[in-house]
Amino acid sequence: MEPSTASAASPTESAEPRADFLKVTQFNFHYGKKQALFDVNLDIPQRQVTAFIGPSGCGKSTLLRNFNRMNDLIDGVRHEGNITINGHSIFDPKIEIIALRRSIGMVFQKSNPFPKSIYENIVYSLRIAGQNNRRVLDETVERSLQGAALWEEVKDRLHDSALSLSGGQMQRLCIARAIANRPEVLLMDEPCSALDPIATAKVEELIHELKKEFTIVIVTHNMQQATRCSDLTAFFYLGKLIEFDRTQKIFSNPAQKQTEDYITGRFG
Amino acid sequence: MTTRIQAQGGLKVFRRGPDLFRILCGVASVLTVATLAWMVFEITHQSLPAIHKFGFGFITDGRWVPNRDAFGILPFLVGTSVSAFIAILFALPLGLAVAIFLSEDFLAPPIRQFIRFTVEMLAAIPSVVYGLWGIFVVIPLVKIFGQWAVVTFKGVPILGTLFAPPAYGNSMLTASLVLALMILPTITAISRAALVAVPATLREGSYALGATRWETILGVLLPTAAPGIVAATILALGRAMGETMAVAMLIGNSSRLTSSLLSPAGTLAGLLANQFGEADGLQINSLMYAALVLMALTLLVNVLGEAVLRYTQRQTAGIR
Repeated sequence: MEPSTASAASPTESAEPRADFLKVTQFNFHYGKKQALFDVNLDIPQRQVTAFIGPSGCGKSTLLRNFNRMNDLIDGVRHEGNITINGHSIFDPKIEIIALRRSIGMVFQKSNPFPKSIYENIVYSLRIAGQNNRRVLDETVERSLQGAALWEEVKDRLHDSALSLSGGQMQRLCIARAIANRPEVLLMDEPCSALDPIATAKVEELIHELKKEFTIVIVTHNMQQATRCSDLTAFFYLGKLIEFDRTQKIFSNPAQKQTEDYITGRFG
Repeated sequence: MTTRIQAQGGLKVFRRGPDLFRILCGVASVLTVATLAWMVFEITHQSLPAIHKFGFGFITDGRWVPNRDAFGILPFLVGTSVSAFIAILFALPLGLAVAIFLSEDFLAPPIRQFIRFTVEMLAAIPSVVYGLWGIFVVIPLVKIFGQWAVVTFKGVPILGTLFAPPAYGNSMLTASLVLALMILPTITAISRAALVAVPATLREGSYALGATRWETILGVLLPTAAPGIVAATILALGRAMGETMAVAMLIGNSSRLTSSLLSPAGTLAGLLANQFGEADGLQINSLMYAALVLMALTLLVNVLGEAVLRYTQRQTAGIR
């Protein structure tokens, strides 16, 4: 059995990055009677950072929360169209939502550490999967914290409450927790909106590091942040994808008038 | 400009007002504290002769024989603690289950609201009604269970002792079961509030990591709400210890210390309710002493519960 599992794992790791790793096709989304997304088509490349920008209520968070089907928690939602991850539809009835969420990490606007120790926060996803091997857990904690650039700061107090950390540290802990399970995609919903500039800089630096391993989608209200840390930018307005291009192109020479108006601060 | 002047005018009136208002509030709060102090003073004062005579032996002595002036409250102290403890044993799992059920979206909101209201209404039923219901419903049931348990557990180590014959209806078990029902609303209401207060972001965080609903409840929601649940339990414990009427009607009011839950027993509150009317001399002083012990016990439990509840609020404030 050994060789077959190894070969099953290797193609995704060694293959060329896929240009349509996350593929959104003719996607519509409704909260009850209110339609939040209109005919969105979008190809998000693997191991790059894609930023979603646009004024509040434009549907960028809604789309983000569809990738790991967090919207399933809300009553009365429905969708048309499709989203695939690495070629697999996330709405396929055969797909297990638990498995989907395990392969997609998510970082929220407000850091949400569980009232447990730093260590237990990180191994939470492993424990619920039944992994209790001490060595595996220890390794995961160190790898994840190093990945989130938090290891040096907390390595001597892994068993302290996560709530004893500063705001910026808490958010990096949540990033560490999100990558503990080695997901393929990392969704970030305004991850820095509650952080001070120094903590923000640290998280942005981290995003640069993380894209070597993960496909990152980040929702942001901060246009400087989009220019600083994303490779591609998608601009949404009133539930429609207005423009999607290289970040540099969007911010220097947008094709659409609406995009230009938004990034130059004429509305939003 | 006008608004500012109006505001200043309003402020002036407001400033003159508080003097009377403050006096009223001050008097009310002083009265509340004074009443408690007065109660403690009066009960202590009345129990002084018994305190002088029995000292701490009052608590450790197992005999309560009024016509020989022998007064010891050990059986009642044990009865109060054991009945409250068994009540918690039944009410905590049940109350917590109801609280979880009502804090999740298993049911449509109106039905949830209705069940929540019904459970909380249990707290509004007068104690004496619980007692009557216990006499007509719980006592016959406990008798049937007791006769079965006595035969079944005969010779079994611990169970044989707990369910030793004879199986009466008026017993520790009956009183504890009814107490459990009486404290259920306390546990459910406070635990539900604690569960609802868990920030939605924690729930989302757990789901996003691939947890199921039950894993989220057990792994994140219950631990986060734990201090509130502990506080609920302690407050319920205080209520169970002080409960008088229903217990006095159901427990059998015996001053004999036994290990069998099927035997009659007694509690401090029940003792006071039963004997005070016909007591005289040293018996009155002894009953007052017993009241003092009961009050100290319930005050202690309530202060503890309150302290834990405050600790909860500080904890959850840290998460939000």
